[in-house]
Amino acid sequence: MNASLLSYSIWIPIVGGLLVLAVGDRRAALARWLALIVSLLAFAVTIPLYTGFDTHTAAMQFSERVSWIPSLNIYYHLGVDGISLWFILLTSFLTVLVVISSWRNVQTRVAQFMAAFLIMEGMMIGVFCALDAILFYVFWEAMLIPMFLIIGVWGGRRRVYATIKFFLYTFLGSVLMLVALLYLYFHSGNSFDLLVYQHTPLGMTAQILIFIAFFVAFAVKIPMWPVHTWLPDAHVEAPTAGSVVLAAIMLKMGAYGFLRLSLPIVPDASHKLAWLMILLSLIAIIYVALVAIVQEDMKKLVAYSSIAHMGFVTLGFFVFDSVAIEGSIIQMLSHGFISAAMFLCIGVLYDRMHTRNIKAYGGVANVMPIFAALMMLFAMGNVGLPGTSGFVGEFMVVLGTYQVNPWYAILAATGLITGASYTLWLFKRAIFGGIVHPEVAALKDLDAREMLVLGTLAAFTLLLGVWPAPFLDIVHTSVQHLVAQIAVSKIPA
Amino acid sequence: MWVFDWLNAFPPLLVYLIIPLAPLAGSLVAGFGGWKLQEQAHWAPLTGVAVSFYLALAVLFQTLHGVDFYGNIYIWAVLGHLQVPIGFDVDSLTALMLVVVTFVSLCVHLYTIGYMHGDPGYARFFSYISLFTFSMIMLVMSNNFLQLFFGWEAVGLVSYLLIGFWFQRESANVAALKAFIVNRVGDFGFLIGIAAIYHYCGSLDYRTVFAMVPHLVGQTVEIIPGHPWNVLTWIALLLFIGAMGKSAQVPLHVWLPESMEGPTPISALIHAATMVTAGIFMVARMSPIYEQSATALTVILLIGSITALFMGLIGLVQNDIKRIIAYSTLSQLGYMTAALGASAFSAAIFHLMTHAFFKALLFLAAGSVIHAMANEQDIRKMGGLRKAMPITYITFLIGGLALSGIPPFAGFFSKDLIIEAVGISTLPGAGWAEFILVAGAFVTALYTFRMFFMVFHGKPRMDPYIRDHLHESPWVITVPLIALAIPAVYAGWAYIGPVGLGHFLDSSLVIAPQFNTIGEIAAHWQGAGVFLVHGLEAWPFWLAVAGIVCAAYFYAWNTGLPEWLSRILSPAAWLLESKYGFDTFNNTVLVRGVIQFGRLFWHVGDEKLIDGLMVNGTAFGIGKLALSWRKVQTGYIYHYAFAMIIGLILFMTYFVIWKG
Repeated sequence: MNASLLSYSIWIPIVGGLLVLAVGDRRAALARWLALIVSLLAFAVTIPLYTGFDTHTAAMQFSERVSWIPSLNIYYHLGVDGISLWFILLTSFLTVLVVISSWRNVQTRVAQFMAAFLIMEGMMIGVFCALDAILFYVFWEAMLIPMFLIIGVWGGRRRVYATIKFFLYTFLGSVLMLVALLYLYFHSGNSFDLLVYQHTPLGMTAQILIFIAFFVAFAVKIPMWPVHTWLPDAHVEAPTAGSVVLAAIMLKMGAYGFLRLSLPIVPDASHKLAWLMILLSLIAIIYVALVAIVQEDMKKLVAYSSIAHMGFVTLGFFVFDSVAIEGSIIQMLSHGFISAAMFLCIGVLYDRMHTRNIKAYGGVANVMPIFAALMMLFAMGNVGLPGTSGFVGEFMVVLGTYQVNPWYAILAATGLITGASYTLWLFKRAIFGGIVHPEVAALKDLDAREMLVLGTLAAFTLLLGVWPAPFLDIVHTSVQHLVAQIAVSKIPA
Repeated sequence: MWVFDWLNAFPPLLVYLIIPLAPLAGSLVAGFGGWKLQEQAHWAPLTGVAVSFYLALAVLFQTLHGVDFYGNIYIWAVLGHLQVPIGFDVDSLTALMLVVVTFVSLCVHLYTIGYMHGDPGYARFFSYISLFTFSMIMLVMSNNFLQLFFGWEAVGLVSYLLIGFWFQRESANVAALKAFIVNRVGDFGFLIGIAAIYHYCGSLDYRTVFAMVPHLVGQTVEIIPGHPWNVLTWIALLLFIGAMGKSAQVPLHVWLPESMEGPTPISALIHAATMVTAGIFMVARMSPIYEQSATALTVILLIGSITALFMGLIGLVQNDIKRIIAYSTLSQLGYMTAALGASAFSAAIFHLMTHAFFKALLFLAAGSVIHAMANEQDIRKMGGLRKAMPITYITFLIGGLALSGIPPFAGFFSKDLIIEAVGISTLPGAGWAEFILVAGAFVTALYTFRMFFMVFHGKPRMDPYIRDHLHESPWVITVPLIALAIPAVYAGWAYIGPVGLGHFLDSSLVIAPQFNTIGEIAAHWQGAGVFLVHGLEAWPFWLAVAGIVCAAYFYAWNTGLPEWLSRILSPAAWLLESKYGFDTFNNTVLVRGVIQFGRLFWHVGDEKLIDGLMVNGTAFGIGKLALSWRKVQTGYIYHYAFAMIIGLILFMTYFVIWKG
């Protein structure tokens, strides 16, 4: 069992998704229940990854390695370390919540909808544990397809523009990554093993070109300024569940790519171009936060807020300090909970009012007190209040970056002020206040299903904030190893 | 003491843990069970805070006997090689703060039962104020900067929630948002300060950091290249920015007057007695750092003095009873801050304590008045209330005398001690600061008794219906008033020796010999009686008396005079009424500026440049290109054949001429 846990984590949702697809749309109830069972099962098989994880080693665990295409030396090679483990669990955990949250508000093509999410889950987990370049690339590209369909089929009015923008942006980025991987294949003596690449000596020019190729692929996914404009459009048009997965997991792919590929494979180029990465991160934190303040569409606001929060992540990576990098990883995990919750909260409102315009709301707390209380918690998480998960990552990144350059920390910490401004101003306008619109007066508070989903996320937001130690323990050894690795030059003497 | 003896049977950590956890439990019960408990929701929070208060007394009693505690509860996280714990540092300073916080909190809890009776958010209110008590306790008991920051931001959160408690009101929501964001500006500095501490000391634990401080003396940092700053000054000032936000010092004071939008009990608890003094407490706690930087101390002294006088002056022209007291709070916080600057940490804490009593008393008494006046807060519509509300009247008078610094009430001792310490201080600007603080004594008495006479004396100016229904408040309101009036009377002369002169706090504070103002006063100390007699011969006392006399003359006898005065002094009145323009500046420059930049980045940066020019421009360009190239593809065979022949000729030419 233990030996092929990762395969189970990947293939149970994919096969399950195909089964759900086979059920067909006529039997929507059956499709929902089957999807729930599959997602729970898929979550269950990822739990032993955590319980059986050895925190004392930075080596890949639960490894699987089977020859796939022998003539090209391509392997079906999987493994996890402290950097990827949480994202696998986050993916399988959130998919359960996504299935539950879409229980009633998706009525058309239910089986296809659920199947898309399950298949996407398997592919995303595949990205997080693939150790073969081709396998990684296949999962990386394949996961776009379900998301493309989710936005394109179940999306809003401008969904076609959004999907094409989303697809072209992310696809064009990935193609360059493929070129870089092919270069590495020939350079490393015909290997597609990502772990081999980490030890392949590379000259500075090659490193910089590879870095740029990777950068384009990952920066688009995160997204970093200035290739971020697809995200607000995609979010606005995506159905709630799509937004949740997009924000909570897909954005992490790019950041994960930096950690798994860019930093260890081209450390010298990473150092050389760190200034650029830091600059772009700080622009994300400051510029994008200001843009978030003036948004009038709730989803756009949270989308811009996501970009600003991801700015902390990339900033943490490129100061090459272990506290900052661990902070970045925790920030990614926390953002997985909080952005998911924020989009779900907006979804709760959208299901009832069918508008995301902040001006259409006001005074929601009068009629939906439980919802208001939960959303306040997530808003505070978004603001980075100590005691919530949102604080831990930002705190560690600020601490870590100060070590390198106080100015980075000072500029990044402005996020403390801007984050509070856009989040709480949104809250004031939408949730507080007297009731102006009669539609708001008729709103009903959360039902049991919504409470279950948001309550679960609330629990994790608090747990990670009050006691991050167990989360950090997993990450620690791997990050220490990574930091040691990138401190050593790979330029052949 | 015998009432605490049975606690010895338990492990000390357990006792310490219950102090914060009891109010937290009360808060959770009221919060989650509120929909069912309704008007009974106060029992759990009240019990929780009462337990905390009792245990805080026990802890104070222990520390009097030299029993301190310093230990960790659990490891919050491991940062690099550093374990960051959640833990307690219980010494005399903490114990004193605990007693003040839990005592005022208990009074306010009791008072709230009467004051918030019938409010639909009754349970929610209790849940919030107990949560606040928990957060404040965590703040004062912390033994590390992380937990301090947790408490620091958590009290800010509860303050935000309580200012906006009546969330249907636009003004309350605006005030809450403003309070949070202005505090965040302070916290921004505070966080950078913590990062700097981590950088230079490699730890966030108080004791480790304080032990490192002597090694940092003389080290410099160039935040702006070419300008070496003393590391400790840099850290001290960053932390002080946090204190300026929380303790509402100029120019981060703008949120406090507006916080009066919240219900009165929290104005007493949070915005007078406890949360706003967190900054004062923090600087005192960090005395080992501050004592190493004369620059930082000077800045603190000057900012405190400026706040003390100029905020008091605004209080003169306010007509809302709560805002007058709020400006008074700003001014008194300025006194405490000035004391910190003069290294008179114990005097600052002493004033913090007496102020907590008499200011909470004033707020709660004001609340009692507002309650009787059917939520009217304008003192121009009051008058002559003394007959209908004798208990409120007497207790308000006690609070007012204490605030004005009239002996033998509590405020006299603490304020005179501060002025004396500032007078001894040798920092640059100390003489100027002393002058300002002495002048402030007159202003304090004037605005306090202006309010007092306009509310309780003179002709009733309210409408007849309210006048006929005036009544003293119920016992749940008057009992806390009396409970707070007692220490407002005696806490000054009783505690100036042990607390104000700092023998009790000695173990918690570090004072450099060259700044030892309190030590100098203590050296000539002959007891509270002599101090009192000495005070009767000094300026502050006579200025305070003059202030009261002026107030009585202006507002009780010759009531036409103030109007005439404000007419001939109209520029000054205008300056005060516009509150020196801070709000106007913030709204027009900062808020609007941020929004304009946001719009600019959004519409021009994202939409025009990135999307318009780069993304859609690329798509458009490719489309254009394809369109023009399509013309080449005519579909006629002879066109293609012709092109191929030309190509072939060019190729051949190339090979023949250059390669051949």
